Amino acid sequence: MTISRRGLLGTGAALGLLTACGSNTGRDDGSSGGAVKLSQWYHQYGEQGTEQAVKRYAAAYDKARVTVQWRPGNYDEQTAAALLTDSGPDVFEVNGPSLDQIRGKQVADLTDLFDGVRDDFNPAVLAPKTYDGRIWGIPQVIDMQMLYYRKSLLDDAGVTPPKTLDELVDAAKKLTTKKAKGLFLGNDGGAGVLGGTPLYAAGLELVTADGKVGFDDPAAARTLGKIHQLYADKSLLLGAPADWADPSAFVQGLTAMQWCGLWALPAVQQALGDDFGVLPFPKDGAGAPAVPVGAYGAAVSTRSKHQQAGKDYLKWLWIEQTQYQEDFALAYGFHIPARISLAKKAGKLKKGAAADAVRFTTEHGHAQPLTWTPASQTVYQDALSRIIKDGANPDSELRKVVRKVSAELDGVKKK
Amino acid sequence: MSDRQSAAKARVLGDRNRTLWFWIFVGPFLLGLGVFTYIPLGWSVYLSFFDAHNTVTPSDFVGLGNYTAMLGNEAFTDSLWTFLVFSLFIVPATYALSLALALMVNRQRRAQAFFRSVFFLPAACSYVVAALIWKMSLFNGVRFGLANTVLGWFGADQIAWLSTTDPPWYWAVIVTVRLWLQAGFYMILFLAGLQRISPTLYEAAAVDGARPGWQVFRHITFPQLRATSVAVVLLLVINAFQAFDEFYNLLSDARGYPPYARPPLVYLYYTALGQGQNLGLGSAGAVLLALIIAVVTVGQAKWFGLGRKEAE
Repeated sequence: MTISRRGLLGTGAALGLLTACGSNTGRDDGSSGGAVKLSQWYHQYGEQGTEQAVKRYAAAYDKARVTVQWRPGNYDEQTAAALLTDSGPDVFEVNGPSLDQIRGKQVADLTDLFDGVRDDFNPAVLAPKTYDGRIWGIPQVIDMQMLYYRKSLLDDAGVTPPKTLDELVDAAKKLTTKKAKGLFLGNDGGAGVLGGTPLYAAGLELVTADGKVGFDDPAAARTLGKIHQLYADKSLLLGAPADWADPSAFVQGLTAMQWCGLWALPAVQQALGDDFGVLPFPKDGAGAPAVPVGAYGAAVSTRSKHQQAGKDYLKWLWIEQTQYQEDFALAYGFHIPARISLAKKAGKLKKGAAADAVRFTTEHGHAQPLTWTPASQTVYQDALSRIIKDGANPDSELRKVVRKVSAELDGVKKK
Repeated sequence: MSDRQSAAKARVLGDRNRTLWFWIFVGPFLLGLGVFTYIPLGWSVYLSFFDAHNTVTPSDFVGLGNYTAMLGNEAFTDSLWTFLVFSLFIVPATYALSLALALMVNRQRRAQAFFRSVFFLPAACSYVVAALIWKMSLFNGVRFGLANTVLGWFGADQIAWLSTTDPPWYWAVIVTVRLWLQAGFYMILFLAGLQRISPTLYEAAAVDGARPGWQVFRHITFPQLRATSVAVVLLLVINAFQAFDEFYNLLSDARGYPPYARPPLVYLYYTALGQGQNLGLGSAGAVLLALIIAVVTVGQAKWFGLGRKEAE
């Protein structure tokens, strides 16, 4: 049976999962010529020029021949499937790596690459790449999300930029007219994109430092109930043609405020000039404002025949070549470099909304903890959706979530 | 001459060679069936007894653990209810609509081919494309979506069709897209059935004084369509079980899928192939689903007598 497992997977992968790339995985034995050949995968970035940029970086590396694959579609699913086979990438970008990937020994330990520079990486985004004191992915750039608001519309309605969640609820209601809504939190009403952000704004967290559920607290239900209020007031834009990650709804005037990513800043600036501002998610009760931060990581597959060459390449690209890191972060889309020294230097991040975003990231940034597994995420998100849209009782919904997440966290600790 | 001919014949059709030819013709098909159907099927059953996170060659045997977890999982049982509600509505609705279309087109004297084609054309459209059109232009939640424009003429507020759970407007979107896509196809099946009914039956009925319209339909047309109806209902139920495309494309976003209108296949997709990559749990769910489909289909076929002759 052992023979057919590989064979089956290989055939399945070549014919089904990976039709997009055919059988050209950019890899061969590496024995044909002198140089080692590496295959590197990226998910498809929306911003123009990013693909050319990463190909340019790869071509500049002279110790191995690196082939870049630019993969549209469900990237997480694609890499997860490819990592089970021998035809996956050697080095790849990953929205993680996840706890299962680290535990399943699918990604290599990269701790040694950080010798001497570990402190220069933003700790908020490095923490979720760290497990058992070892680092399993190099943060590439920091992404964050925040609240965009249209200054002129707020002025017309006599509304000041909301500082608390209650003010946000009021403002959204006042800004809602026959033609436009007050706030856009995504077509699902916010359950997907907000995640744990409201909990952080209420002074709570998803998972505590000692691995317990961080929102077993009446304040959690109170805060999430206020998001239902936004929905019940009909202040939320729902069913927009482009979802929250795209600033179209905001730019086209379908909504006065929108939750969106830092990546949208250039597009918003181009369309609205100075007529917009940005805010973190406003605090509730005893909490503090919050923004979610995260970073795609660069990882080495343990299935690779050239693990060491892969590590050398990643060290070269994401640790040594600071000019490429800066170019990648700021020349196409708009991200914050993961290296503190670079983020401080970058001129584009020194003024206006961009400077605000950097400040929110350092002062109010929260990354999703590694132990917050997809199963926990699903349970929480389902409950949040029921609270927001169905008006389900936040207390009882959260009690169910706390129970399931505790079990999940216990499972995480056990192994 | 004839000796040589028979020798040649023997060469081609000789007993040993006959076996060879059998395998040459049947082999590739069997191989495909084995590799792409039976091995994955068996593999999935095998995986369902293991803790298989991120692997298809697991070593951690858990017995029936995945099955009990799946059956105790509210989200999974909810998805079965979702399916039940969905099929209880969509099967009769599609059946009635396609039969009505067939009866109308069948009565049409002129331009029958034209109407037949017009109603059949949507069957050629892909579920994904139709779902995207429904989501982005017909039923989007903003004022310039088609449905909301129509509402606007009557002064009504815009409705976020896919995001409103009370009342559950999203069902209107899901059901209409499936009706639009499927009705034409089943209409063709009914048309074929209608055209096989002997005209003498109608003549005899007329002689016996049956009034055209409901009475003729009730006593002649509908009973005569029995075999077609059984096949149509069976196909509709299986199709409903396989519901995935339009649900996934209408309701999912980059952050996942809402907890409502989540049929079993969508739920299993997220369990097994999403970020969770819990292939053991997903396989257990798939096996359970396959068992349910098998029981329902066999039961249905027995009950309605699939394959019995028309009007027996």
